[in-house]
Amino acid sequence: MKRRTFIKRTAPVAALPVLINGMSIKSHASSSLLRMLAAKAENDKVLVLVQLNGGNDGLNTIIPLDQYTNLTTARSNIIIPSAKVLKLNGFENTGLHPSMTDLQNLFNNEASLNIVQAVGYPSPNFSHFRATDIWLSASDSKQYISSGWVGRYLDDAYPGFPENYPNTDMPDPLAISIGGVVSPAVQGPEVNMGMAISNPTSFYNFAAGITDPVPNTPAGKELEFLRLIANQTDKYADRIKTTYNASTTKTSKFPSTGNYLADQLKIVARLIAGGLKTKIYVVTLGGFDTHSNQVSSSGGTETGGHADLLSKVSIAVGAFMDECNKQNMSDRVAGIIYSEFGRRILSNASLGTDHGAAAPVMVFGTQVNRTIIGSNPTIPSTVTVNDNVAMQNDFRQIYYSTLVQWFGLSKTEADTIMLKNFDTLQIFKTTGSINSLAPAEITMIENYPNPFDNSTTIKFNTKGGRVVIRIFDPIGNEIKTLVNKTLPAGTHEVVFEAHSLPPGNYYYNVLSGNSSISRVMLKK
Amino acid sequence: MQRRDFLKNFTTLAPSPTARAQATPTTGLTKYSGSWGNAQVLHLLRRTLFGVKESEISTFKALGLDGAVNKLLAIDTTPPSPPVNYYSNGSTIIDLAVPAGQTWVNAPFNNDLSYYRRRSVKMWWTGMLLNDTTIREKMVLFWQNHFSTEGEVIYYEQMVYKMNALLRKHCLGNFKTMIKEVTIDPGMLRYLNGYLNTKTAPDENYGRELQELFTVGKGKDSHYTEDDVKNAAKVLTGWRIDASTVTSYFDGNKHETSNKQFSSFYNNTVITGKTGASGAQETDELITMIFQQNEVAKFICRKLYRWFVYYDIDSTVETNVIEPLATIFRNNNYDIKPVIETLLKSEHFFDTLSMGCQIKSPIDFVLAYCRQTEITMPASSEYVQNYNIWGNIQYYAALGQQDINDPPNVSGWPAYYQEPQFYEFWINSDTLPKRLTFAYALLYVGTTISGFKVIIDVLAFADKIPNASDPNKLVDGLAELLLAVNISSSVKAIIKSALLSGQSSDYYWTDAWNAYKANPNDTTNKTYCTNVLRAALKYIFELPEYQLN
Repeated sequence: MKRRTFIKRTAPVAALPVLINGMSIKSHASSSLLRMLAAKAENDKVLVLVQLNGGNDGLNTIIPLDQYTNLTTARSNIIIPSAKVLKLNGFENTGLHPSMTDLQNLFNNEASLNIVQAVGYPSPNFSHFRATDIWLSASDSKQYISSGWVGRYLDDAYPGFPENYPNTDMPDPLAISIGGVVSPAVQGPEVNMGMAISNPTSFYNFAAGITDPVPNTPAGKELEFLRLIANQTDKYADRIKTTYNASTTKTSKFPSTGNYLADQLKIVARLIAGGLKTKIYVVTLGGFDTHSNQVSSSGGTETGGHADLLSKVSIAVGAFMDECNKQNMSDRVAGIIYSEFGRRILSNASLGTDHGAAAPVMVFGTQVNRTIIGSNPTIPSTVTVNDNVAMQNDFRQIYYSTLVQWFGLSKTEADTIMLKNFDTLQIFKTTGSINSLAPAEITMIENYPNPFDNSTTIKFNTKGGRVVIRIFDPIGNEIKTLVNKTLPAGTHEVVFEAHSLPPGNYYYNVLSGNSSISRVMLKK
Repeated sequence: MQRRDFLKNFTTLAPSPTARAQATPTTGLTKYSGSWGNAQVLHLLRRTLFGVKESEISTFKALGLDGAVNKLLAIDTTPPSPPVNYYSNGSTIIDLAVPAGQTWVNAPFNNDLSYYRRRSVKMWWTGMLLNDTTIREKMVLFWQNHFSTEGEVIYYEQMVYKMNALLRKHCLGNFKTMIKEVTIDPGMLRYLNGYLNTKTAPDENYGRELQELFTVGKGKDSHYTEDDVKNAAKVLTGWRIDASTVTSYFDGNKHETSNKQFSSFYNNTVITGKTGASGAQETDELITMIFQQNEVAKFICRKLYRWFVYYDIDSTVETNVIEPLATIFRNNNYDIKPVIETLLKSEHFFDTLSMGCQIKSPIDFVLAYCRQTEITMPASSEYVQNYNIWGNIQYYAALGQQDINDPPNVSGWPAYYQEPQFYEFWINSDTLPKRLTFAYALLYVGTTISGFKVIIDVLAFADKIPNASDPNKLVDGLAELLLAVNISSSVKAIIKSALLSGQSSDYYWTDAWNAYKANPNDTTNKTYCTNVLRAALKYIFELPEYQLN
């Protein structure tokens, strides 16, 4: 496999006309360095992907109470008694499976849950393996893409990986899968951007010394891969161990045994709290392929295999959010709970359901928009084996919205990563500014003098809100954060002191609300 | 099908093979007529056994290509003696139906002992994988990956054993016969809900996987439809399980008797609905219809290729290997042995580009490690020790993401279908250190299991390498046996420097080795040789090259 070098990807930047002011990142989206600047300047947000393997039965997870009569006709042997369905404040026609009390609490009391109804894609595929492939690669139904959507995001944000990584700006793995398997979601266009860990405290050393050149053969290709993993494993071992040990779990809500998902999220929380800069974590829970015995044959339909699984999800996510709150990091952590498909409306005779189509997706975090996006699926009065929940929202809208609203990418960048444009859904409260629905738009920005000797003044106009201004050197190293506070509307000035810095180009990035603008300036 | 824990997850389908390697072999199935040296013998044995012992090189070399392949294919068709009660401990675990050391496979299901019995199947199978000197067990594992079922889901230990025995019985036999038996095997009926599939609510699980994963596959020319899945499910309605006798039977009252119309992919075949016991015939008609598709043979040949050669199937390999191999498969009415024989004797198989390019699977890694170093095992009469040691070896493979008899899901291990990683799926920052943990444990301090210490006797191992007193020849011999790709003289120099303990003259090793050989009880030389051999072997095991096969 060929890997670009960092130099190759950043070379065009050196040729940029340095004296021209007012250069916007957006107009140079093809420049890797500028894209990296945009990504680095953007935020410290973390995303946790919670994948439910097997195809979760959405109709018994988020229950459409206004469809209850028809739903009862279609699945009388597995339907949840309406009296037991958990209420969602403000949404009397929609409720949660009775075993998800922690998620109910997140929605009703913590305002930390967003539910997107009937998520799918046109021409759904009913094979586990192909459907998972579609969800992780974010492809169309008939399109085959071997990279994952997260891998493409990370490839864009951290160009050239793994050459020259880790480095001072990104000392940590870009993505971590908990368990022994790296998620295909983080497969980049050329290399896998993630690493897998199951025990954060045990790593081993690999043979160093002379490495023979790699022959131009299949064996050579595999050898190159093996060396890469061996090197990476070594590089990150100490950082992961140190950060893991740098924090302790504060919540008491993680169950001590019997909940694999909680075990994984507990590790994730410790790594984030310990200061790991990793952007993406992937955790998984299997067992959702409930062809049979989805509900108990004796103990009531609100109990059984599916209830146990949903309970695990609810408890694990509830504990994780409690831990994030106690660690004061909940404002920068969000998670998406999804499955490769939902299940058929009609139940089968085995107290189960066969492979289906659209299903709800849940997004958790204190910065989500506490609401239900979309309406209850409509259940026909007569349901046949061919009837499926129709999609209302494309799963890629959720990814797209996350890239824009959570990671602060421009729509142009999101278009590239998601391979086309999607309409955003208002999943997160805001798009970059914390605790305010109104983004603080920047309407003017300049610095003077330019070129400058020892200092220059950056002047900008905002409609009010939180503003972040950071300075970078041409390689993309952050020199300092000049401003990071909420400002009133109006024109503001801030002085950049550069006495101790060598002459040359510097970049400043202004982030506020929807805007992320960069300019270049020259120290003489 | 249920899926369980977070250790085994993430599966996606790899639909379209793409070319990614820098150079791929262009040779085909013409019989190989090149040189027959250690490199060829080792390549053949590495791909068909689980690791190679030094003595096997000369044994198989003497047979020539035909003799060597024929010997590997001459499998013992007598069913091996079944797994036994290794688990009774007289206090907390008691089996009233089965005396210690006797087999439980004909005893009734026992919910309290089911875990131990299923565990015993894995241990027993690991023992066979370790000791087989023919291709049989590599084929059984191939078929388990193909007809992937999870023992933990099947749960009934008798069914778990029976499925394993079924795959062994047919491992080089007839694929069509095997499909029929797998389709109505009690374990498979349980795993893919076939026993719950009735006319009132067809369960599509098996009807789908029969096509997608077991026969025609999802290649670019495979165009069965969602309606074909539903109709296959209807054909298969009525099969039930009698758990007490571990058998399946057909219940005509549960069978959907309407006609089943298939798509143009199956030439618009209609399977006429039948009532009563005759409904079972529809299953045969379904299999006959499916096997008329050329995709079946191509799909299986691609999987065999990825098992024995390499994962990258570009258009050249498709034309030169897959298609002619599929023709052989069809012309032999789906007999498996002629296909394997042709592949293993081909120019393509012995092409230098086909060598050393597999990444050892976890079970291959642990077993090859034990076979290569010829770790001493307890006498076969010590079944408790043997079972627990096999179990320990198997456990390390499971940590590496290959838990035999419990693959991750119905599509088997991602290393054999997950594009673009394929074998690279096995290696990441979690699994690679775990492989070394296993290697270190048996190299240095050993592991004591049921009172038996399992450890590499590095002195006995080195003594099997020809001319071990010459450090250059010892390093050459170790590298040839242990590494599937060549290493340079400078890497060999590092290994030799370990033997010389940093000294510059060869006689430091030669003198110590000869002194040890002359007086094996002399502690000084014995300790010196042990320590430096361990250091040299550690270096080899840590080389990324050691992961290749």
